[in-house]
Amino acid sequence: MAKDDNGAEDVTAADSPGAQLATSAASTAVVTRDALVNPGFPPHRPRITDLDSKEERKAERTVYTLFYVSIVGSVFAIAAYMAFPIVAEDPGSVRLNNLFIGLGLTLALMAIGIGAVHWGKALMSDHEGVDERHPVRGTEPVRARAVEIFQQANEESGFGRRTLIRNSLIGALVVFPLPAVVLFRGLGPMDQDPVALLHETLWKKGVRLTMDPSGTPIRAADVTLGSSFHVIPEGLSEMGHGRLEEKAKAAVLLIRMDPSDLVEQEDRKSWSYDGIVAYSKICTHVGCPVALYEQQTHHLLCPCHQSQFDVENHCKVIFGPAKRALPQLPIAVDAEGYLIAQSDFTEPVGPSFWERA
Amino acid sequence: MTTITTRESADDQAVGAKKSGGFTASAANYIDERTSISGAVKELGRKIFPDHWSFLLGEVALYSFVIILLSGSFLTFFYQASMAEVVYDGSYAPLKGIPMSVAMSSTMDISFDIRGGLLMRQVHHWAALLFVAAIGLHMLRIYFTGAFRKPRELNWVIGFILFILAMAEGFTGYSLPDDLLSGNGLRIIDGLIKGIPVVGTWVSFLLFGGEFPGTDIVGRLYSLHILLLPAIIVALIAMHLLFVVVHKHTQYPAAGHTNQNVVGYPVLPVYAAKAGGFFFIVFGVVMLIASLFTINPIWNYGPYDPSPVSAGTQPDWYIGFADGAMRLIPSGWEFVWLNHTYSLNIMVVLIVVGLFIVTVMVYPFIEAWITGDKREHHVLDRPRNAPTRTAIGAAGVTFYASLWSAASSDIMATHFHLTMEGVIHTLQVTTLLGPFLAFFITKRVCLALQKKDREIVLHGYESGRIVRLPGGEFVEVHQPVDEYERWKLVSYSDFKPLMLRPNAQGKIGPVEKVRAGLSRWFFEDRITPVTQTELSRAHGDHPAEITDK
Ligand code: HEM
Ligand code: FES
Repeated sequence: MAKDDNGAEDVTAADSPGAQLATSAASTAVVTRDALVNPGFPPHRPRITDLDSKEERKAERTVYTLFYVSIVGSVFAIAAYMAFPIVAEDPGSVRLNNLFIGLGLTLALMAIGIGAVHWGKALMSDHEGVDERHPVRGTEPVRARAVEIFQQANEESGFGRRTLIRNSLIGALVVFPLPAVVLFRGLGPMDQDPVALLHETLWKKGVRLTMDPSGTPIRAADVTLGSSFHVIPEGLSEMGHGRLEEKAKAAVLLIRMDPSDLVEQEDRKSWSYDGIVAYSKICTHVGCPVALYEQQTHHLLCPCHQSQFDVENHCKVIFGPAKRALPQLPIAVDAEGYLIAQSDFTEPVGPSFWERA
Repeated sequence: MTTITTRESADDQAVGAKKSGGFTASAANYIDERTSISGAVKELGRKIFPDHWSFLLGEVALYSFVIILLSGSFLTFFYQASMAEVVYDGSYAPLKGIPMSVAMSSTMDISFDIRGGLLMRQVHHWAALLFVAAIGLHMLRIYFTGAFRKPRELNWVIGFILFILAMAEGFTGYSLPDDLLSGNGLRIIDGLIKGIPVVGTWVSFLLFGGEFPGTDIVGRLYSLHILLLPAIIVALIAMHLLFVVVHKHTQYPAAGHTNQNVVGYPVLPVYAAKAGGFFFIVFGVVMLIASLFTINPIWNYGPYDPSPVSAGTQPDWYIGFADGAMRLIPSGWEFVWLNHTYSLNIMVVLIVVGLFIVTVMVYPFIEAWITGDKREHHVLDRPRNAPTRTAIGAAGVTFYASLWSAASSDIMATHFHLTMEGVIHTLQVTTLLGPFLAFFITKRVCLALQKKDREIVLHGYESGRIVRLPGGEFVEVHQPVDEYERWKLVSYSDFKPLMLRPNAQGKIGPVEKVRAGLSRWFFEDRITPVTQTELSRAHGDHPAEITDK
């Protein structure tokens, strides 16, 4: 079998019956009788530790010294655990604790590793061994016996013959996991409809625009030209339950621009107040907060995939993978001069979804 | 010549209980009488493993997984997977008094109130990065040496599934601290899922237990992260290694190596010493990195909040290709039809990335179908000797690298003072055209290297030394290769493209035509190995060959 003296035969003549079968079918390897011959193993070259007993003793010393060094490392790590406690409110102490325990452990591990590898390389026998390979497929008698067993089982059970039994069993096995699938409906609350929820936010007529995160209401007069505010609806900051879910839909960016820079759509002329516009801060791509505002160009940039929105032109997309403009929140001013919403958003905010249109 | 079964005098010593009494012998006897373990020792104890640096990549992957298990188990004793809100009151002053989830607060405590806790977190995270990287490199080694060929196709698939699961483990773990970055990552997942037609909205609703972010997701990801995914990974690793034992390891072409033998060191003692030692070295390196370099400083990011975000933040490296793919989609890829929203900007990413993944996973079957090669292969290909495969691999790597670098498009733009648009457009082009260019160049390089090998076999190495012949002409001294070195250069098989053969009805189907066409493409321009005749002729051509000897 292990005929390593003829390269050509080695590659093509293949040892397994399967391979022979294949050769006749479709194999495309070219059989070259003229191929060069595998020269067999090159002569073994002894190591310096094999030849020189001084070197051998030196290697031995290195190995056991390394193992002792490892013990030192472990002890050092334990000592560091005690010697470098974490002091409350002192991040520097955490750094030292981390550093010295870590270095001790590094020493402990590395020394074992290098020692063991050096032992293997320099001192253990370096004579290579050779194993023979056999085809992966079972031998013919074994395969024949396997087929026979299946046939016998088939006969004794009637699995192939009694088709009614077999098919009904397959049916039962297909159906029985279904209840488990149904159970997973419970992952989401039973009494909520995601589509309806995605269509509404905390904003409604009269809700004041407040600062994120303090919740202080914003007076129109305090919004200077060129400034921008991160805004949440009044009451959100005090919410206990569901605060993040609401914030994930209701976060708004407020910007004041020179009214002459704003190109407003006819039907939205009344949605801004004296150059102050409010847009959803949730990216229409996959929902990151569009938080970067470039004052000179009046562009909003989403940090996640670089979609850019033009505030001058009703926040339409000017670059990047997002498709839809950021939804605009219609705003007005109440009697005391505070900014309020005229209504909820007129379309769902954030990423697209199947039922959105 | 000789038939070799064992090399030199490395004869199999009978491995079994020592006869000479003593504690070890009686303990071994005790165990064997209850487990039959001597059989396993006989089978495996002197099993031969070939040695090569590239075979260590899989070991690095395995060892980093062990490190992950150890450090992760430590973390489970302190980490609490709850999204209930608490006010942070730990040792890190800047976040004191800030509301955050229990998950974030317990991760803060691991970092700032438990000695060695930060170290274990950093070991866990660095080992995770190394784990995925090692699997990736291991996979490239398998690919470029053709180790996935029969009988190892199924093990390629198992390994590839492990790669995917490793990324899933990484992503679920990254989400556990519930800090600003991890929440933002989940937000992107939520948006991606919502973009899937028909089921997306509901899948997201069920996954998050209601509206995003909800209070369930961290606990659910925790079950996946420490129970379900690790269990599957452990089972698949076991299968993967079992197959390595069944198939026996491949080896590189070298003198004495054949398709019917495996040459290397026995498990006991040399391989065990080296591999065991190597585990400690990998662990040591991870430990060193974790002692010196901070990773995922959640205290700088703060708890998750849907509103703030910082520019220039990056996901863990292995998520980059998917993130980059999302950035490369041009504007406007979404439409409404029959009252439903089709988010092509998301679907195309999922489909392209999905197709890429599936193609890589089934590549062994595609190549086997094209080449029609049904033999077992245990001797590896040098990449140059399979030029088309190597070129396909280079194309795939280029595609992946383009997507991956797109994930840093903003950093590239600010760092090199380029426009965002310019960077994205450039990367769109490299993603589409780069693979073709890489294919072409790689194939040419392989063929050139093969020609060079032929030159070396026929005429020896150029030594750089010029001598003057008695006749007055100048020639360069050539150093001939010895027969062992030569064997490495010539021991590959030559292939012919598949021939079209009519089927039983005497017809040639369209599928067969495509297959034959692909086969011609796969094997075109190939360079045959040097034959005995050529070699003799080459030597005969230079009767007065000048060598250094
Ligand atoms: C291939 C497997 C795994 C990968 C790639 C992985 C990756 C990660 C990552 C990236 C993190 C975030 C760490 C941070 O920076 O805070 C993490 C957290 C965590 N992992 Fe794993 N992990 C794996 C397996 C495991 C296993 C098996 C366990 C437990 C037995 C575990 C337990 C934990 C725990 C408790 C946390 C949260 C604590 C924290 O974030 O500090 N992990 N994992
Ligand atoms: S989430 Fe804003 S560009 Fe992707």
